[in-house]
Order: sequence, then C-alpha cells, then structure tokens
Amino acid sequence: MAGGPTAGEPGSAHRRRDGGARDGRTGGGRTRTGGGRTRTGGGRTRPRYGTHAVLLIGGLLMVFPFLWQINMSLSTHAEVTSVPPTWLPAEPQWGNYPAVFEQIPFLNQFLNTAAVTVLRVVGQLILCAMAGYAFARMEFRGKNVLFALVLSILMVPYQIYLIPQYGIIQELGWLNTVAGIAAPGIFSAFGTFLMRQHFMGMPRSLEEAARLDGASPWQTFWRIMFPLSGPALSAVAILTALASWNDLMWPLIVATYDDRTTLAVGLSTMQGQFTSNYPVMMAASFMAMLPLMILFIVLQRRVVEGLAHSGMKG
Amino acid sequence: MSERAAQAPVPDTVTPGGQFARTSAEVAREHDASEPDTAPPQRRRRRGKDGAWPFVFLAPLMLGIVVFYFWPIVATVLNSFSTFGPFGGRTFAGLENYAKLFQDSFIPRAILNTAIYTGIVLLGIPIAVGIASLLTQKGLRFSRFYQILFFLPAVSMPVAVALVWRMIFNKEFGIINYALSLVGIEGPYWVTAPGWSLLAVSIVGLWSSLPLAVIILSAGLQGIPPELYEAAQLDGAGPARQFRSVTVPLLTPSIFFLTIITAINGFQLFDLLFAMMGQANPAMADTQSLVYLFYAEAFRQNDQGYASVIALLILLIIGLITLLQFRMQRRWVHYE
Repeated sequence: MAGGPTAGEPGSAHRRRDGGARDGRTGGGRTRTGGGRTRTGGGRTRPRYGTHAVLLIGGLLMVFPFLWQINMSLSTHAEVTSVPPTWLPAEPQWGNYPAVFEQIPFLNQFLNTAAVTVLRVVGQLILCAMAGYAFARMEFRGKNVLFALVLSILMVPYQIYLIPQYGIIQELGWLNTVAGIAAPGIFSAFGTFLMRQHFMGMPRSLEEAARLDGASPWQTFWRIMFPLSGPALSAVAILTALASWNDLMWPLIVATYDDRTTLAVGLSTMQGQFTSNYPVMMAASFMAMLPLMILFIVLQRRVVEGLAHSGMKG
Repeated sequence: MSERAAQAPVPDTVTPGGQFARTSAEVAREHDASEPDTAPPQRRRRRGKDGAWPFVFLAPLMLGIVVFYFWPIVATVLNSFSTFGPFGGRTFAGLENYAKLFQDSFIPRAILNTAIYTGIVLLGIPIAVGIASLLTQKGLRFSRFYQILFFLPAVSMPVAVALVWRMIFNKEFGIINYALSLVGIEGPYWVTAPGWSLLAVSIVGLWSSLPLAVIILSAGLQGIPPELYEAAQLDGAGPARQFRSVTVPLLTPSIFFLTIITAINGFQLFDLLFAMMGQANPAMADTQSLVYLFYAEAFRQNDQGYASVIALLILLIIGLITLLQFRMQRRWVHYE
C-alpha cells in the first residue's frame, strides 16, 4: 500500500507541494524521493501510532452507518428492533435482498436511474467539451459576455429554475419518462467551465500542426483535442454521475409513478409502507448506494480528484 | 482549402442577423489564404478567424442553457408576480406573493432552521482540518484505506443514508439511544420531536459534508511549501507551533473557500431532511428548511407564484452570505 520507502520518516508536518501532490495523497510513495532526506535537525524516527489510532477510530466512525446498515439488512425484523441491539444476526437473512425486488419496483427504478445517469454523463461530455473548447480557443464577438452569462447560472440556486423547468417538461409530455428526468441535467455550466479551463491549459502547437495538415476545427477537436482530455472528462463524468445518481428533488417532481422514477425517490417515498420491514428497507438502500461505492473504490484517485473540482462550483 | 470551406456550415441560414451571421463570401475569403486581406485587421479579429465554427460548437449546449436555465430565470421572476388558478391559467397579482412572504410565520422559522443546520455543519471544518493534516502526512501508510473510510459518505446517496440514520436515531431501538441508556440518559425522540429532529438532521449533515471538506483542505495542505516547515523547524518551532504558525495561516484561503461552499450547500438543505423526516412527521413544521418550504408550496400546495418568491428569497440569502463572507475575508484570510 502507501508508504514504502518513506515510511517512518521524521517530521510529521512535512508536506509536499509539487505537481505530483495529488498522486501522493491518494497513492503510494512512488514519486516521493528527496524531501525529508535533506533535513537533518530535530527528527526522531517514530512509527506514528497516534496518527494511525486517530485515523482508524475516526474512519470507523465515518463508515459505521454503512456497517450497521449491512448488519440490519441481514437481520430479521425482530433483531433490528430488539433492545439491546443485535450486533450480528443469529443467522444472516440473505433473503432480504431478493425480497426487495418482490416488494418494490427496485429493478425498474435501478434501470431508470442508470439510464438517466448515462444520458447525462454522455450528453455533458459531448456538449460541455465542445462548448468549453469554443470558449477556450475560438474567437467570436460577444464571447466573454456569453461565457459570463453561462457562469452566472452557477451563482443561482436551482430552486429558481425548478418550476419553469417542470413546466417545460410537462409541455413536452415528458413527465414520468427517463428523458424528462435527464433533460435539464444534460446541459451544464459547470462542466463547460471545467472543460474550458482544461483546454486553456493545453498547448496550441497541437492544433496548429493539425491546421497545417488541413484539418477542420471539427476534425481537430474530435481527433486530437477530445481524446487528449481524459482527466478533465473523467472529472466531469464522475461529478455528473454522482449528482445524477443521488439527485432527489428533480425526479421527485417529474416522475411520480413508482416504476417510472429513480432509486432516490423510490427509497424516500417507500418509508411509509416499510415500517413493518426494516431489514428489506436497509437491503434496498444498501443496493442503491452500492454502484457508486464500487465506482469510488475502483477509481479512487479519479473520484477524489473529481470531488476536489466540485468545490469550485461555489 | 476549398474542401474546408465546404465543410463550414453556411452561416446566413443558421442565424439570420445573429452575431455569427456573415456573408458566404466573407467565409470563403477567410478560408482562402491566398485572397488579399481587405478588411481592417481589428475588424477581422473582432469577428473572429473561426468563421461559423463557434456557433457549431456552442449551439447544442446553448440551446439547452437558454431553454432550461436562462428562460426559467425570467419565468420565475414573472411567476412571482402571478397567481395560478387550480387548473392552470395565471393572473397578474402584483406584489401579493411578496406580501404573503412577510406574513408567513413559517418563513422566519425556516430561515432560522436552515441557519442552525448550516452553523452545525460548519463545525465540521475544524474537525476536517485535523483529519486532513493527519491524512496528508508524508509517507503515511494505509492512506488509501483511510481515504476510503473517510470519503465514502461523499459518494453515498443522501436519501439512502438518511434511512440508515433514521434507524440509528430511533427512539426505541436506535443505537444512539441505547448508548445513552448505558450512561443513564433516556434518549429523546430524535426524529419526531421538534428541536431534536433538527439536531439529528444537522449531525447527519455534518457527517456527510466532512469528506468534501477533508478533500479540499488536503489539496490546500499540499500547496504549502515544505521550505516553510523547514524554516520553522530551524527556528525551533515544534509540531504544535508549526501547525499554528505555518499550517493554519497558509490554509486560510482553503478554509475561506470551504466556509462559502459549506454555507451555500447548507442553505440548500432538502434531501436529508425530506428522507429522514419522512411524510407526515409532527416535527416537520418546526424543522423544515427554506428549500423544503419551497418544495411544499410549489409542488404540494401548487402555489407556484408564492414558491417563486421563496426561490428568490433563497437567491437573496445565498447572495448575502457570499457577499458577507467576501467582506470578512480581508480580516482573516492570508494570501501568499
């Protein structure tokens, strides 16, 4: 895991600042050489038991709700409601998981959520990359004003948009459809901003070479600039996927039928029916979170980078 | 060259009179380098060397932005001066909806609730500073593992998480009240008692906002030049003094930025509240946030005019918070 060559290095407050910082935070000590080695004074070599104790206890507190959720999802109703609490079920009730599919339209909601997420991610990647490229690299009248107008969307809380957006979706006849749930979220000012920043930082020499070879801006963009935008595209994709998968308010108002809506809405409105069956409710909510948790654990570094970008939205 | 010109769409037909509209002769001239340049250089730059391409690249996004964002801002302002009949149809209502805002006793209560929630969530920032400075220690072992533990709430669906916390906060069999009973305290009805319910929602809000805070602060910590620590060490500063005199001052831009986004997110409280409180909760009237009130007016009561006024109020409050923080920034934020 992390650490490697620098484990047990003196001086706990010593930090890096170079470009590899992000890698260093999330990954191993591959890129770390130098640094602390040059310092001589004041260092004691100590294996930081205190740090590990604090991080482990704090970290377990953070994930406790998830562990408890899994515990409850494998318990019987009697075990969940027992006092004192049952720490581990006498016999794991795996049947609570299939029961979710029998008792609520979980599969429909899961597929709806996935479809909305895919539509939004793909739509944003294409539209935001194209627009971001135009804002970064093209000259046209009114560019700065237009870009400022697009950015101003980020300053406005989404409640301002919600009622008219609902009216538009209603006019289109898209209530209770995947298209209706996905539509407004396909167009993102923030994604455009991120892509513009990315393209601004790319060297112009690539495009000039392509132009000399007779490529049109369209070809230059799709064949050269877009394929070279991996990190920025992944940040946009991850942020969009998180926002889309977890969103509650918008699907709650545009998709009111149980089998036409998303997981977030399904979970939030099924509470009433489920007071008699907590374990199944816990199984459903755990399965709803699972895809993003897996995504996070597999693509940890990218997700953390993406989340760091999301801060800029303020 | 001629092939390239042919690929460019004919701008006249795309936006007649718009900012990208030009004669096809102009486009052809720009795509033909051999033609002598007759237009003044400044004019050429203003109109752009890229012809109609900006339009091609921007039109798909801008279409959606105009329909789903620009127009709704106008519509919401118009709606705020309107009354809607039960079966559609609107009439001009003047300032009626605005007057209602000042008579509605739920509004000050909702502002207070949202402010309390935001205040409690902001308490997470000092905790996050501590966690981030531990997590970013150089050469820390198992840091990937710790990150998973600390960051997992950031990717978790708020609604699903709220259902779990609802069980944890349950009056009869919740694990928190069980823990309290071990030290002889009888736990309250966390979810259904006014006051307690806001505290419970705020605790969950703090928990779920902690990961983002740690991520942003970690990035800030890694931007601090190591030489400063070396210098501090040479001056005889111990770890505690280094933290106070180097880490904290240099982290203030990150902390400032974080307080703004935490406050803005705090004022957007809805998902957690909605899912934790559930429907028909007796404590809802005393716990509801501004955004919940907006939702209830717009989509439960179908009073879209009044809901638009609430939305504008949220815009105003968030604008004021941001402005206030930027004014106070000068007092405590250090920039290098």
